[in-house]
Formats: sequence, structure tokens, C-alpha cells
Amino acid sequence: MTRNVAIVGSAQRPFERHTQLTTVELLAPVIREALANAGLARTEVGFWCHGSCDYMSGQPFSFVAAVDAIGAWPPIVESHVEGDGALALYEAWIKFQTGECDTALVFANGKTTAGPIDRILTLQMDPYTMAPLWPGASGVAAVQARACLDGGVITERAMAEVVARSIAAGIANPLVGWGEAATVDELLARPHSTAPLRAHDIGLPADGAVAVVLAADDVARRLSARPAWIRGIDHRIDTQRLGAHSLTESASAAIAAHHAGVAADRIDVAELHAPFSHQELLLTSAMGLDPSRTAINPSGGALPANPQMAAGLVRFAEAANRIHAGSADRAVAHSTSGPCLQQNLVAVLEGE
Amino acid sequence: MANRCAVIGVGQTHHTSCRADVSIGGLVREAVDRALESAHLTLADIDAIVIGKAPDMLEGVVMPELWLADALAGHGKPVFRVHTAGSVGGSTAIVAAQHVMAGLHRRVLTVGFEKQSDGNAMWALSVPIPFGMPVHAGAGGYFSPIVRTYISRYSPPNYVGAMVAVKDRRNALKNPYAHLHEEGLTLEKAMESPMLWDPIRFVETCPSSDGAMALVLADEDTADRHQADTGQQVAWIHATAMRSEPTMFAGREQVSPAAGEMCAADLWRKGGITNPADEIDAVEMYVPFSWFEPMWLENLGFVPKGEGWRLTEAGVTDIDGSLPVNPSGGVLSTNPIGASGMIRFGEAAMQVMGLAGEHQVPDVRKAVGHAYGGGSQFFAMWLVGKDKP
Repeated sequence: MTRNVAIVGSAQRPFERHTQLTTVELLAPVIREALANAGLARTEVGFWCHGSCDYMSGQPFSFVAAVDAIGAWPPIVESHVEGDGALALYEAWIKFQTGECDTALVFANGKTTAGPIDRILTLQMDPYTMAPLWPGASGVAAVQARACLDGGVITERAMAEVVARSIAAGIANPLVGWGEAATVDELLARPHSTAPLRAHDIGLPADGAVAVVLAADDVARRLSARPAWIRGIDHRIDTQRLGAHSLTESASAAIAAHHAGVAADRIDVAELHAPFSHQELLLTSAMGLDPSRTAINPSGGALPANPQMAAGLVRFAEAANRIHAGSADRAVAHSTSGPCLQQNLVAVLEGE
Repeated sequence: MANRCAVIGVGQTHHTSCRADVSIGGLVREAVDRALESAHLTLADIDAIVIGKAPDMLEGVVMPELWLADALAGHGKPVFRVHTAGSVGGSTAIVAAQHVMAGLHRRVLTVGFEKQSDGNAMWALSVPIPFGMPVHAGAGGYFSPIVRTYISRYSPPNYVGAMVAVKDRRNALKNPYAHLHEEGLTLEKAMESPMLWDPIRFVETCPSSDGAMALVLADEDTADRHQADTGQQVAWIHATAMRSEPTMFAGREQVSPAAGEMCAADLWRKGGITNPADEIDAVEMYVPFSWFEPMWLENLGFVPKGEGWRLTEAGVTDIDGSLPVNPSGGVLSTNPIGASGMIRFGEAAMQVMGLAGEHQVPDVRKAVGHAYGGGSQFFAMWLVGKDKP
């Protein structure tokens, strides 16, 4: 029924704790590199789609500058989502299904450190009743973590285990490289920052950019020795109202995983976009993943480096890289948006 | 390969400068409820929702689709957001239609909105930017040199822009949803209107509006059944097209941008149109400043370069002319930025469906919706018709 579409190449720039580069300077090299990795010329790209957030740039229509980075001449078929690049990938996937393109380039820039990200993300909430209280994105996440702890869904030790593994993976990831390894007990001895969260439970704001090349059917086979085929992809949303749904589960992630066809016993790797440590536990559970069978966030995930609006598409690039390299046959890639994992996008990637 | 898709429901708000009577969610629901009513559906029947709006800074809510999911009963469903500058209303409708054309969903709701009175549009569009030199010209200041270039190239009479304004404001009198209802505007009065950005006068400028437009898009089975059960003509989507190009580079043609010409050519090719001026019965095009009507007539390929103003001057684009342009009153009468493109697309569908009321053009078989944005660099268009493509 659906058309076979695969990730055939990607590129990321090493994350930075704070960059002075502009949107164009961030994007132009990764776009060039992703095309080179896929062996595709710029003028051969059938559809371009970009994910970013105006408020993070402090500028309306900030994505317009990216059209320069693309080199949109002669004119191109192009679109933009206000959100994570993973949603741009979804729009591209739909475009493939209509038969209107055979190749696409999807990209995202996340300059998280350009402004006070915790306050910026608070403006995602109800502007009449919630945002004026300025709870902060991490404050809202802390409410969720508290509900999960009180409900016995997770433990602080399990959160610390996620953090310890993520820090170690981040140190090993050449795109991150920073971090200081710590044992679970050492992590638990640290003070709370926004109780019950500790500073290390919160994804470190970082700046980054990522580009992913997609191709369909025979084109994908020509461009990649082992394409990462998108076997299923779906996204769902929950109510935003904190009191109107259970904070101890992620209904939208579960529905999206079901529609994407996540068969937990066959997944080798899962790259989950969890901006807070307890959210990785919630997502793993919602998708029915078994950490003893599936390697969760071998890249380190979004805890060592969280370039907002790029972090979800980075998960796709990381999952696809493992399939390209042959170290995984089936992978889950995930992206989230909004407070308390409000919106979730899940895809299953597979090598042949 | 693509599946057929039709517009089966259209709904919009009463647009005005300040809808203080409704919240943002209320504004969106007003359009959505009317669209659902015209489609004989409820929110429960909707499979996916695609939301479009212009910069989040206009209202001060970051990615408001997340919050609006509640107002639209989106929980458990896909809710998707598009943002492509001023063309966003058009590109949002296209992305929504592709959800159906891809064979993924049967009934998709799409809505474009802007509640400009909740913020300060001039401030939101003029924040000092950290990494570049701001233009700080406002839209009128940005586009007036381009209009001057058009005039100096082709020497049209200086009153053609005012003619467009008079026509669109008269058409708006027939549209109960339009923002501006200006009785008794004449060409003489229009020519006396204060000059804002030479040669653009106050009356030749779009207003700043609160408003929303919603469409219900359906697959072939659903649309066929809807038409059979209700007797209501649907608007089949014959073709969609989008093109983008950079804002500026040396030698860039800005009067008739290449992206617009390519987008239109793609639309005509996909829709099997060989002579647009003969085959298209109504056009809803994005004209925020009056002179863009003749400019876009040329850019879309209705007439050769330099001839667009002759159509306007001869009354060809009047509501009773042979190529009616903006029978709804257009952007010159209503401009909630994030909705404006979708209003064009929706009004084009209404003409095909026979739902345009007093501003209905007789016997519309094919109509075009057009939107553009940025520095005349983002284009989105669709072609809708009475018959299946």
C-alpha cells in the first residue's frame, strides 16, 4: 500500500555548548555533507523540508534564512514545519506517498542556547491559564516525574541509571564527547535542582544541526548499499492540560508506536528523544520496548546534548547510521514535542 | 499514483480587526465548526488535523498547535503544523490534501488562523535580529520599490492600483465575512487616499485582521457519498504546486519571480490547463497591495509580461468580467496573515461548490487559489474543479 522510502544518508555537526554561528552557517555544511554522503547532487533533490522554531531564533520567519543555505536556485519545491525536523521528515514521507518526489532532503537547526529555552518552551502552554504562571519546561516535567515516582511507575534509581548510561554513551559519541562519567550512587547523592529532578536529569541545552536524505525504491537502492527503510511512521498528540490525562503514561507514544508497527521483540536499537531522564522510562514502557533486548539510546540520546528542534531528527540519523553500518537490522526512531511528552512521532527503520 | 481528494466543507470566521469576543481557540473553532457543519461531519469523524499560521510572535504562543489540540479534540490523533511565511495558508491546505492523496486518511481537517489583535504585528515582524541587518521597512516599504519597478517598466496608467482597490472593496460588500465593508468607495476617492509608500496609497493596502478559515478534505469515496447524500457539489483538487527561492541575490527578478512562474507552470501542467485565461473561471489570488493583481496575472501566465494592467483596466477581473479576480474582496479586504492563503484556497473551492452567496461567480467549473509569502519568494497554488480530475 505505502511506497518504500528509506534514509540513504545524513550528516550532523558536532554539538556545541554554545555557538555564535548563524542559521545559515550551521546548516550549509551539514546539508552539503549529507548530500555528499548520499551521493546526490543538490539539483537532484525533489523536495526539501525544514524544521525550526522562530522563538528560539528570536526572529519571525527565521527559517527564511535557511532557503539561502539550501541554495534554492533555480527555485525548489520546499516546505517548513514549526517544530522538530522529525516532523519535517514526516511531511516529506507523505510527499513520497503521493508520488510527487523520489528524493528529499530534510534538515533542522537547533540553537537551543541562543535564548532562555526553559522559558521559551513555557510559551507552548495555554496562554490564558498556564503560560502566565511561568512554570518552566523543567518545572512541568518535574510535576510529571513526581507523579511517576508517587505512582510507583519509576524510581529515582531507575532515572539515575538512565543518566549514567546516557553520560557514558555521550562521552563515547564523537559528536558529543563531553561529560563526566558517574555511578548511579554518585548521581543520587547530588542535590535536586527542580525536585524530583536533578540537573543531570534534564537534557543539556546544546546547539546543533542535522540533515537527512530520503529516497524511494530503486533510487534508494542506487544511493545506499544498505538503505534504512521506513517500515512504519506515525505521530499522535495528547491533551496538553496536565490535569486532564495521566502523567504516568504516554498514550500518544503508545498509539504512534502501534501504528508505526513497533514489534518490541524485533527491535535492535531505539533512539528515543527524551529531554528528561524519566521520560525515557515512560517512552520505553509506552512502546513496549524491552531494554534487555533493545539497546536504548546508544548515541546518548538527548540528555548529554539536546539541540531542541533538531534532537528528534538526530535520533533518525543515529538509528539509520546503525542500519547503514549493519550493526542493527531494525531500529526505532522517536521524536517528541510539547510539555510532558505531549506529541510523539515514532518510526520503525529496517535494513535488508 | 496519488489518490483523489476533494474539499467537502468550508468555514470561516467573521473577520475583523479585533475579535475580543473569542479566545484563540474560540476563533479557530468558529471556522472549524462551520466547515464541519457544511461537511455534515463532527470532530469525531476527523482522522487528522493540519494547522497553519504565520509567525508565533504574532500571538505570543510557541507552536500553538500543541495547545490548540485540545480545542480541536485532537488527542489521540495526528496534529500537524505548517509554517511557510505568508504562503502558509495555501501550503497548509496542500499538506493537508496530501494526507488524503497519500492514502493515509479519509477525512482531514485543516485550519489557518491569525489573531493579530492578541499581539502587535508590527512589533512581531520588526524585532531586532542578532545576526543580520534588519530591513525594518514593513511589508509596504518592502514591496513598494517592486511595484515602482513594474510601473516604470510597463508605464500603466497611475490609477490601475486604485481600480483594484475599488473593485476588491466593492466585492467585499457582497461578502458578509470580509473585514472591510467600505460603502461608496469610488476611483476618485481612492486616488485621494493618503500615500503611504509611493505608489501605494492607504486604500491600496491590506488591513490587519483576526480570522480563521477551515476546510474539510476527503478521499474519493467519502466525497462521492457526501455529494450523493446531500446534493452538495464538492470541489475536486485537480492540482497543487509549491515553489521557493532565496530572498535576494544580485539580479533577482522580483516583479515576476521565477518561483511563481515555475509554480504556475507546474500547476497548469498537472491540471491539464493549456490556456489559463480561457479555462479558469475564477481566481482568488494573494493581493496585499493593489498593484500585485496585474503583477500576478502576468506571473501566473494569464497574460504576457506587461499586459496584466490592461485586464484590470478593462474590467476583465471584475466579478462580472471574463476572469474574475478576488470576488471575495481578497486580501485587500481581509488579512489574518496565517489564514489569508487558506481563505484564497477556500474561496476558490466555494466558487466551485456554489457556496459563495452574493459574491458567487456564475458557472464556475475551475478556480484557482494562490498564495505567496516572504519577499515574493514562497508560492503555493491549487486548482479545484467541479469534475473529478
